[in-house]
Amino acid sequence: MKYKCDKCDRPATYHAVEIVKGEKIEKHLCDECAAQDGMGLKSVHAPINQLLTNFVKATSGTEKPEGSASLDLACPDCGLKFAEFRDKSLLGCAGCYAAFEAPLSGLLERAHETGNHHIGKVPRRGGGASEQRQLQITRMRKRLNDAVEAEDYELAAQLRDDLSDLESDGAGASA
Amino acid sequence: MNLRGITDNAGEWLRGSGPHSDVVISSRVRLARNLAGFPFVNRANRRQRFEVLEACREQVLSKRLAENTLWVDLADSPTIDRQLLVERHLISRDLAKRSADTPRAVAIAADETFAVMVNEEDHLRIQVLRSGMQLGDALAHIDRIDDLLEEKLDFSFSRRFGYLTACPTNVGTGIRVSVMMHLPALKLTGEIERVKRAARDMHLAVRGLFGEGSESLGDLFQVSNQTTLGKTEKEILEDFERTIIPQMIAYEHQARQALLRQREKQLDDKIWRAWALLTNARVIGTDEALSLLSHLRLGVHLDRITTTNIRTVNELFLLCQPAHLQRVMDQEMTPAARRIARADLLRTRLGARG
Repeated sequence: MKYKCDKCDRPATYHAVEIVKGEKIEKHLCDECAAQDGMGLKSVHAPINQLLTNFVKATSGTEKPEGSASLDLACPDCGLKFAEFRDKSLLGCAGCYAAFEAPLSGLLERAHETGNHHIGKVPRRGGGASEQRQLQITRMRKRLNDAVEAEDYELAAQLRDDLSDLESDGAGASA
Repeated sequence: MNLRGITDNAGEWLRGSGPHSDVVISSRVRLARNLAGFPFVNRANRRQRFEVLEACREQVLSKRLAENTLWVDLADSPTIDRQLLVERHLISRDLAKRSADTPRAVAIAADETFAVMVNEEDHLRIQVLRSGMQLGDALAHIDRIDDLLEEKLDFSFSRRFGYLTACPTNVGTGIRVSVMMHLPALKLTGEIERVKRAARDMHLAVRGLFGEGSESLGDLFQVSNQTTLGKTEKEILEDFERTIIPQMIAYEHQARQALLRQREKQLDDKIWRAWALLTNARVIGTDEALSLLSHLRLGVHLDRITTTNIRTVNELFLLCQPAHLQRVMDQEMTPAARRIARADLLRTRLGARG
């Protein structure tokens, strides 16, 4: 015979007969309800709140409305509009971080427990000092891309050589 | 080496060894990295994605990151292989599902201790896996891989925001630390909901075996950090190693002891019913198998079931899943045929007669 859960309509998977004050009580519960009721224990009160207080720092996460003006912002490198980012939650390129710095900062603070500055690992190769070079590489790659799309292979070959020089400079710096 | 080679063993994260392996199945650390000069994957055209793929392939393979590294081009690998890698947690469901001609790949160490996904949400998603609670070891390993890759690859980095990622929720360290835990007693006692709420309040994500939407499949939970900016990698990891995970392990142990003290018969009933079904069923679905295996695993750890071991149970968690089952049977099967094959496999592996 198939039983349905006493509390909801799902099939019962947990069956028990308990004698309470001389009265036989049959229980048929599904997994969920059994976890909440049948197998539920009163005495397991893990000090979760205590664990929480250790962790919840002053993360009031004050809402800073990004403002409608920023929705029209666009990234000069990849053309992504801030409004598109709002829809997809994905940025288009490294340049977006600079282009949207103002509207992003509130969002970053909310997402990272008020963290707004990187303090972790720095790439060995130049780290922050290489930002300028990275920007150069980015721009050059973009020109290369345009050249290939325009089928200007002479220019593309030249840019490819320049790019490879620039990139191997960086590799040399780490040695 | 090919993909067939890796399905013959259990995979690093399922060895069932390592510290606290009665509760902690595996430890995982991943880093998100992007190559300077290229748009992020979602805004890159096909050619740019291909260039990223080539640059990464050259560096990953030339650096000899492991004794034996397998490069799997996902654009032309069959669906079942991709699904197999998802079940083994070596690639994400997202990466598996992308449209067929999207250039993307994964490099996998033969022993499955690391995997490097190329052209997922970020150009590179490096991940290291360990059995049991071994986050420190995992971080040291991933740091070495990151350094080696960085020798030739220019990663997008800014002084203020750190490593730049497509989604700003990963920016900064780009690190995600996650621990896969088996919490059957917290589930049985209903305490799991409170633990999950508390974890969320601590800015942690709690997901199921396969991320969002796979909540509590087999009572397996992945706990991971959400904050990646404004803390060092070590700080993020230490929160986990010293406070969060030890506490959660302690709660699970308390719940197991409390069940033994106050509901021993009901607990034994759960465990032995699981054993009875797993060794006698003729037709069984994935979800039911996983939930019974969860109770069986608890029974092995509580010394109730002594005729099988944790390694076998851990392996069955994997082999019960659709792609693995088809690989073991060496044929494509309909879901209905799989339910029968799954029941057969469980009976055989658990040493049932008839």
